[in-house]
Amino acid sequence: MELKKIHSHLAGIAASRRMLPVLLVGGFFLSLALPRLDWVDSYVQLIIMYIGINVILSASLNLVNGYMGEFSVGHAGFMAIGAYTASVLTVSVFPPGAAGLFFPLAVAAGGAAAGAVGLVVAFPSFKTRGDYLAIVTLAFGMIVKSIIENIEWVGGPRGFIGMEKLTTLPWVFVWTVFSLWVIRNLVYSRYGRGILSIREDEIASDLMGVNTREIKVIAFVISSFFAGIAGGLFAHLLQFINPRCFDILKSTDILIMVYLGGIGSIGGSILGAGIYTVLLEVLRPMGIWRMVIMPLMLVLLMIYRPYGIMGLREFRWFVPGVDLEGLHRPDKKGKSKTDALAG
Amino acid sequence: MLLQVKDLTHYFGGLCAVSNFNLELGSGELVGIIGPNGAGKTTIFNLITGVYRASRGSIVFEGTEITGMKPHRITGRGIARTFQNIRLFNNLTVLDNIRTAFYSEAAYGPLQALFHSGRYRADEREIARRSFDLLSIFRLSDYSGEISRNLPYGLQRRLEIARALAARPQLLLLDEPAAGMNPNEIRGLMDFIIWIKKNFSLTILLIEHQMPLVMGLCERLEVLDFGETIARGTPEEIRSNRRVLEAYLGEEQKP
Repeated sequence: MELKKIHSHLAGIAASRRMLPVLLVGGFFLSLALPRLDWVDSYVQLIIMYIGINVILSASLNLVNGYMGEFSVGHAGFMAIGAYTASVLTVSVFPPGAAGLFFPLAVAAGGAAAGAVGLVVAFPSFKTRGDYLAIVTLAFGMIVKSIIENIEWVGGPRGFIGMEKLTTLPWVFVWTVFSLWVIRNLVYSRYGRGILSIREDEIASDLMGVNTREIKVIAFVISSFFAGIAGGLFAHLLQFINPRCFDILKSTDILIMVYLGGIGSIGGSILGAGIYTVLLEVLRPMGIWRMVIMPLMLVLLMIYRPYGIMGLREFRWFVPGVDLEGLHRPDKKGKSKTDALAG
Repeated sequence: MLLQVKDLTHYFGGLCAVSNFNLELGSGELVGIIGPNGAGKTTIFNLITGVYRASRGSIVFEGTEITGMKPHRITGRGIARTFQNIRLFNNLTVLDNIRTAFYSEAAYGPLQALFHSGRYRADEREIARRSFDLLSIFRLSDYSGEISRNLPYGLQRRLEIARALAARPQLLLLDEPAAGMNPNEIRGLMDFIIWIKKNFSLTILLIEHQMPLVMGLCERLEVLDFGETIARGTPEEIRSNRRVLEAYLGEEQKP
């Protein structure tokens, strides 16, 4: 095997990876500068913020649907929990005027609430698999929507208003990077390998000593936590939420982004969310036809690229260093230890 | 006594798949289970490893009752297995197949994983090191980055055994390791099994249809038919056992 070639290749990746922190810092300052400078109008800024929120949503759903190979369709339900929790906190709980200061706390609390509900849902859900899990999560989404519709002090079906526009470009940037970082860290750990092995063969995974029940719960809780984060950001961007924002169509949108971008890939989730969000806007002038063209594109994609654009692959930049080192370590011990290993 | 199986019985609905199965395995033994298709051999493996819950009977491993334990706990206690049809994690690399099996060896928790703490780094380095050692012992190092689905059949079998040995088991259950191999490959496999048994100080229980392998390798045999043990003994005793010939070998030897 051409070890030298691999080494120079790895060195190349390692060198280019040093650019990553630079890019992140640059991106952050850009997100600070964009609203102040007059480069892009506020409409484009809004779309960029939607992309960020959608990236969080699709990457977190990818954890369950792509990496773990289950089929959850209740992601909008968790988003709703995060959105309402964060909104109630900034509007009614935190001192007025200081809402901006407490905003990150509110968003995090929204995530925590969604994660806690995710924990409660995970236990009964993961006694079932595949189609059955889809139905359980579908029902969960409906339950969340009806519950919110019947709580009068958050506006019931009329919706909840009064949030300040606290979601800004820098905040979206920070939360998106944080979410992707945490999800990536989970994926490249023993839990991540457990999640993947459940997708590949759950029984074999169990018999290799992987605690599959524990892993499913962890994956589901993390996934719903970040759906809640996205919900909090979404609510403070739109400044108006109602239960219809979080119906099955929203869940379907997120599913499309996941499968478009590619299952089991963080890079894919970024691409999927970006392409889908931009396309929806570009095709807006077509009116109702947009809802014919988008699904048609999806059908074509599933036929020609069933795993999505980046399915099961990853940008090298997203793979942590520890894992890269592990990938192609030279075999110091030499070739064979015994001749019994025929073949 | 490493493994003690007593009166193990399992029903699938009304069908009795395994009936009053008894087995005692001493440390370092190599024992085979043979019998016609559908005799209940794989069911016994599934009962021992906790995939199925026994209807009746008990399984004691190293003095601990493991009947009814979850599969990953049983694996953690030192029982590993391979499968009749290879069950690798097909879309994962060879290295990740091995590393997955080190799941219970790492000590870091979910939060340490989420933030890639120092503990995470240390544990992962250790797992990578041990995985590469294992791969090099099994001469699979060159394929570490390969997607396991793309490996040739023989290497997939070898990888499956390597993966089973990752968690350092004391007892290895091999379910038809020679399936789909030609006589030449079977001879290689026999040497291989003896070699891993010695090097990993294993006790091995294997299911196999290939008579040359079973007869040449196993110290003792259990013969099953319709869920019941119809004979047990050394390969020589089994070879001349009338009931076995009738139930199983007999069909091949009819003129």
